[in-house]
Amino acid sequence: MTAPLISVKDLTLRFKTDEGLVTAVNTVSFDIASGEVLGLVGESGSGKSVTAKSLMMLNADNSVYDEGSKIILNIDDREHDVLSLKRPAEQMIIRGGAISMIFQEPMASFAPAITIGDQMVEQLMIHSTMTRAEAREISIEMLTRVGIPEPAQRFGQYAFEFSGGMRQRAMVAMALSTKPRLLIADEPTTALDVTIQAQVIELMKDLVKEFHMSILFITHDLGVIAQTADRVAVMYLGNIVETGTVRQVINSPAHPYTRGLLNSLPKLDDLDSPLTPVPGDIPSPLDRPSGCIFHTRCVESGDIAEKCRTEIPVDSIDNASHQVACHLARQGDQA
Amino acid sequence: MSDVLIRANNLSVHFPLSRVGFGERPVVRACEGINIEIEKGSFFGLVGESGSGKTTLGRAMLKAAPISNGEVIYTDDDITYDLGTLKGPELKEYRKRAQLIFQDPYAALSPRMTVRDIIAEPLEVMGLTSSREETDTRVREIADLCRLNLEHLRRFPHAFSGGQRQRISIARALVSGPKFIVADESVAALDVSIQADVLNLLNKIQRDSGITFLFISHDLSVIAHTCDFVAVMYLGQIVEAAPTRKLFSETSHPYTKALLSAIPSLDPDVRGHAQRLEGEIPSPINPPPGCRFNTRCPQAQERCRSEVPEWREMSSGHHVACHFSEELA
Repeated sequence: MTAPLISVKDLTLRFKTDEGLVTAVNTVSFDIASGEVLGLVGESGSGKSVTAKSLMMLNADNSVYDEGSKIILNIDDREHDVLSLKRPAEQMIIRGGAISMIFQEPMASFAPAITIGDQMVEQLMIHSTMTRAEAREISIEMLTRVGIPEPAQRFGQYAFEFSGGMRQRAMVAMALSTKPRLLIADEPTTALDVTIQAQVIELMKDLVKEFHMSILFITHDLGVIAQTADRVAVMYLGNIVETGTVRQVINSPAHPYTRGLLNSLPKLDDLDSPLTPVPGDIPSPLDRPSGCIFHTRCVESGDIAEKCRTEIPVDSIDNASHQVACHLARQGDQA
Repeated sequence: MSDVLIRANNLSVHFPLSRVGFGERPVVRACEGINIEIEKGSFFGLVGESGSGKTTLGRAMLKAAPISNGEVIYTDDDITYDLGTLKGPELKEYRKRAQLIFQDPYAALSPRMTVRDIIAEPLEVMGLTSSREETDTRVREIADLCRLNLEHLRRFPHAFSGGQRQRISIARALVSGPKFIVADESVAALDVSIQADVLNLLNKIQRDSGITFLFISHDLSVIAHTCDFVAVMYLGQIVEAAPTRKLFSETSHPYTKALLSAIPSLDPDVRGHAQRLEGEIPSPINPPPGCRFNTRCPQAQERCRSEVPEWREMSSGHHVACHFSEELA
């Protein structure tokens, strides 16, 4: 077995704030293999984006990584310890090199006063030895590739002249032009209409195949995950509570939280089933519950509620690929 | 057939833009020739992409957008209001009867007012209560309905999560005792787990109090679960309207079909079956001639580019604007 492209081990990240240390990510571990799409799902405030940003060291200055945290990037048979890269020059290996990122809000991701073309050329010239003319050629080629009509004219336009869907396409073009090994897509379709979302998802799938990239796909929409990911990690309050292949997690969810998320989703093929919300709200990260972090909202704990309140569940392994952090799963109580 | 609470007849809302050079002044045709009837006590869903004019239509029904053409008629008990000409005390009366719930619960609540003051404000502004005690009783009653407790009323909005804030917005809309509520993308900003909770609350209010809802959303699956009747909007026009079940079982407009198939399926084994819609919604300043959907329609033919399709009834209660619905159904 070859080493995974990126391996995250026991990542714990806290933020220094006036109210004390806030734990945003707690002992999170996952691997992404080359060419694989990992979906990261969770509600707002669950730590999805912060986890993704730590892969590129993009978190704010008040962030503190715990001693044991490790992020190992394997490129060209060399291991890079991402968290030990402190100087911007060293971080070039990851930023714009091996990893690119697409953000949620396509309007906020482009500089408003510089043309789209200049922004694409600028980053290509920083990250490679291309001349301006070559960079321009490649940028226009990428714009064509993501389906932007009249790319040569569009190249000289500003972000406000693009529609939302087109901006997100341009963002994809820009992120892929440096040929990264891993693309982090942070809610790339959330701000888009469903019809445009379908186009962007289709485009991303094509490109993964073509460039043989890995993607870390962050979203709160399980439908989008079902359509794109190979494997899924479900996050809740900074912890990964369940991981597995997309079929395992969607078709036989083993964690009560995953089941809750699936039940609260309106389904078109079953209009009679009631919508069941996950009761309560996600607790404040300043005040993390003891024991199982989900116990304050869990409706399935029943007899073992006391155990859930006090004991932290360990990942129980269903089989090699499907892991769950829940006391119930241990007892073989799987849906 | 039950009573119609509010109806739009051939309603158009236009926003003139400033002139560019010489020639005619460009106009944004946000809504054009809309005909809808919302029955008393129903949960009416309005769905469409961004830029289709859903919000403008909702606002026109509240007299919060200019009515350029056609009329909006509100009928309840023995009162009939023509919103186009409504003003003075009658407009004030209408404001009590029609309320709005906004999309973003973070922007809709003043950060400097306590929850109690936020909910009480409509009562005070409209002069619906005569004493502070009366106001407090009413606020408590409504807060209880929206599952906010006394402790919550003393706090400021920043202390609440998205779902709780949306419940505060709902309480504020309900407090004046309205007959008609426009909920504009009221769950779009919420997480799915919380969204279900707010949808259930809105449905409960509609069942218990008989308030009529116009529910605006871009999400067909949310609409399918909450509404009795659905109208699909595209570029300022309604292209299909039907009772919910009928719309999903006998989809007759290619745009509705495309919207349905664009919803990502929850089944990982059903991938890539989407009937993809190419391109994007055209500008409402210069809509395409003929059927407005013809630039993106996979079935478009010559006739669609020249002739505006008629708004016709397919079966009882099911209207569609497409030349070729029979062949599609």
